[in-house]
Amino acid sequence: MSMPGEGLAKGLAVTLKTLTKRTTTQQYPDVEPELPPRSRGVIALREENCTVCMLCARECPDWCIYIDSHKEEMQVPGAARARQRNVLDRFDIDFSLCMYCGICVEVCPFDALYWSPEFEYAEYDLKDLLHDKEHLGEWMATVPPPPAHDRHGEPSKEENTAARKAAQPPAPKTPPAAGEPR
Amino acid sequence: MPLWLELAVRVGGVLVAFLVLPLLVGQTEHKVMAHMQGRLGPMYAGGYHGWAQLVADGIKFVQKEDVVPRDADRTVFRLAPVVALVPYLLALLVIPLGPGDLVGQPLDVGLFFVLAVVGVGVLAVLMSAWASANKYSLLGGLRGAAQLLGYELPLVLAAASVAMAAGTLSLPGIVQAWQPWWLIWQAPALVIFFIAGVAEIRRPPFDMPVADSELVAGYMTEYTGLRFAFLLLAEYVGIVVIAALTTVLFLGGWQGPFGDEYLGWLWTLLKVFAVAFVIIWMRVTFPRLREDQLQRLCWLVLVPVALGQLVLTAGVKVALG
Repeated sequence: MSMPGEGLAKGLAVTLKTLTKRTTTQQYPDVEPELPPRSRGVIALREENCTVCMLCARECPDWCIYIDSHKEEMQVPGAARARQRNVLDRFDIDFSLCMYCGICVEVCPFDALYWSPEFEYAEYDLKDLLHDKEHLGEWMATVPPPPAHDRHGEPSKEENTAARKAAQPPAPKTPPAAGEPR
Repeated sequence: MPLWLELAVRVGGVLVAFLVLPLLVGQTEHKVMAHMQGRLGPMYAGGYHGWAQLVADGIKFVQKEDVVPRDADRTVFRLAPVVALVPYLLALLVIPLGPGDLVGQPLDVGLFFVLAVVGVGVLAVLMSAWASANKYSLLGGLRGAAQLLGYELPLVLAAASVAMAAGTLSLPGIVQAWQPWWLIWQAPALVIFFIAGVAEIRRPPFDMPVADSELVAGYMTEYTGLRFAFLLLAEYVGIVVIAALTTVLFLGGWQGPFGDEYLGWLWTLLKVFAVAFVIIWMRVTFPRLREDQLQRLCWLVLVPVALGQLVLTAGVKVALG
């Protein structure tokens, strides 16, 4: 049987205890927030890696990536014909449409797109939220190095393959087949 | 000192207290409530931990548009904040700050005067509620009237108990006659007076008339700008007045551990702020009382205990000779 007023007193004790504890409030504009690793702030483009495969534009659920390109021929000494390469004309990401799902970064086979934790790019005009190739290239400077692998996680596929190869006994060397080596 | 100068100094001093103390209590409320909720409270206004927040609020309220609803009763609507504010100024005039002459006016019937004048605040609630031509205001005001009417009784009975103990209605006289063992003798009266006082100023958990999650702002809904600032000031002046009354009647006023003669005002102020802290603490901690719970507390708990305390006081007084 609890004393009358016990609940009231407990409530008062809780608020008093909270009063004496230090608050964990971070006063944002004066103090930068501590963002976790792999935070998604803005997408950065490494133009030299892009081969204009269009996978990112295709896979984007919002269709917010706009790509234009043209083909250029390059003479390679010692080659039978000129080589062709795609050259990027236009690569825009419309951040007013982007939903920050990261599918474009995930699906790019050439590591041309990266996540950056920068989030302070609000604009007064909606049109300014369309970042063009140069702007996306500027964000590359803010991309952090990839965080270290989890110590307790499973080893990656490359590590597994290397370990397996090292564990195999070395194959015996067979003499080359008779005949002139080509 | 010529009479007019003395009067000017006294009234001027009370006016300064009337304007400054509620702001201090308000700023304390911002910061204490914030830290009790794990936040920081105002930090920017004035640069250092937001000390000028209420000054900024005052300026904000002054520059707002003055709106009187079309169907509102204009005269009554305009008068209500004034009627809410002036009684507290009058009450502060008779509350002693220190020993001897350190009081606005040492009235012989000071206690009676204060209780009568604080009761006028009920009228302000009803005026603002009815004149607002708004059903939420009206509901808030009627709840307020029932609450304030009811809680006047335990307030007066508890005050009467300590007046009986001191043998005088004069507030400086009560502080003079107070002794520390009265804390035990008058303990029920202290608790009743404090609870009834908090209910009189409509502070949570007794803020049924305002009930800001249910009634918008209750009887204050239609008020904007300077008038709203006056009603808000009235709330904080009410805290100061009730805290001061509790201090002066039950906690020994200017009596302190040492140096009453020249440090009496300091003890009074410290006690007033301690009581104000408890009022703020109660606001942060307790949920609102429903009207029926509120009335039940008043009539079925506070009034009988207050009557019992009166009997106890009379008995001990007679026994002491």
